[in-house]
Amino acid sequence: MREDHLEALSLLHDPVRRSLYEAVAGSGGDVGRAEAAEAAGVSRTLAGHHLDKLVEAGLLESGFRQPERRGPGSGRPAKVYRRASGERSVSLPPRDYAMLASVLAGVADALGAEEKAEEVARAAGARLARGRRGEPVEAVLAERGYEPYADDAGEGRLRLRNCPFHALSQEHPLLVCSMNLALCQGLLEGLGDRPERAALDPRPGECCVSLALPSDSKTNED
Amino acid sequence: MHLAQLNVAHLRAPIDGPELATFVELLEPINTIADAAPGFVWRLKESDEDPTATVIHDYGDHLLVNFSVWESIDAVWTFTYRSAHLGVLRRRREWFLRIAEPYTVMWWVPEGHIPTLAEAMRRLEHLRAHGPGPEAFTFQEPYESSEAANLPAAAEARK
Repeated sequence: MREDHLEALSLLHDPVRRSLYEAVAGSGGDVGRAEAAEAAGVSRTLAGHHLDKLVEAGLLESGFRQPERRGPGSGRPAKVYRRASGERSVSLPPRDYAMLASVLAGVADALGAEEKAEEVARAAGARLARGRRGEPVEAVLAERGYEPYADDAGEGRLRLRNCPFHALSQEHPLLVCSMNLALCQGLLEGLGDRPERAALDPRPGECCVSLALPSDSKTNED
Repeated sequence: MHLAQLNVAHLRAPIDGPELATFVELLEPINTIADAAPGFVWRLKESDEDPTATVIHDYGDHLLVNFSVWESIDAVWTFTYRSAHLGVLRRRREWFLRIAEPYTVMWWVPEGHIPTLAEAMRRLEHLRAHGPGPEAFTFQEPYESSEAANLPAAAEARK
């Protein structure tokens, strides 16, 4: 058990810290102290104290946002917080599925077995949908930690802020991102939705899959 | 230091044939993304006018080469796997044969230095023969530029 991870996670036992963490993590970007304080319903001073504790523990990172006006009188740069990129997990008894997953990904790569891997991932996605036909895909994706959000830019997409397979997708990006797409398509299929809604849409810092908005499906079917 | 990267791919059919047409169509849009990607420095081009012209070389007609220089490993990684380029990579089996040995190699070059394709091919051979090291490495086993500096093997491979 990683003592430092346990210690970091135990900070979230406090409801104020937890809602501050959630306010920052859920925003997907930089959050100022005032904004976080408002979301958590506490004073700025208290929020600042707890946010800095979360930074110390490595759950959040802090930085400074330059004021819009420059020069004298523009004030100090505002301190902002964002979710830390490092992962924290505690398992009792100790478990290390990530290690084995990494080895297995290496095996699939070495065998050139990505087609088979995608097939198996698609079936796994369909299994996630078992007993949930007709439910919206974003509900299942949210449960699985993908953190879906609507992006209104352009035609609009349902994007996924978090990659649940992040470390593996860094190590074996082609294999893991292709499997993730297959998994999302299998999930859609299992829910009775259109698998083509999910497409590879890689961008830095987010999941490499995004989905067409459900309203699109109607126009596309015409 | 800047990072040089060579990729080679074994074409399933002649580059100007119908089998490769869908790939050739993607050259211009993907190269445009590469050229605008953060940290992109240089890439070997056959022609400044024709974006679909692939690099002509002496290593066999079936071999497609992609040779570029970047500011960092992160920069080339982000372009390779976190841009529309990933979708092209996913389709590689449509156009290229699977190669059992390493088909991509990276190494550090002094800023401003444009390595030759001959050097790049020697680096790939080095990787294939000896595995990853500071003078020829991969995304899976990267090396810092500080580890590559003043390395006798690097000087050897540059010859």
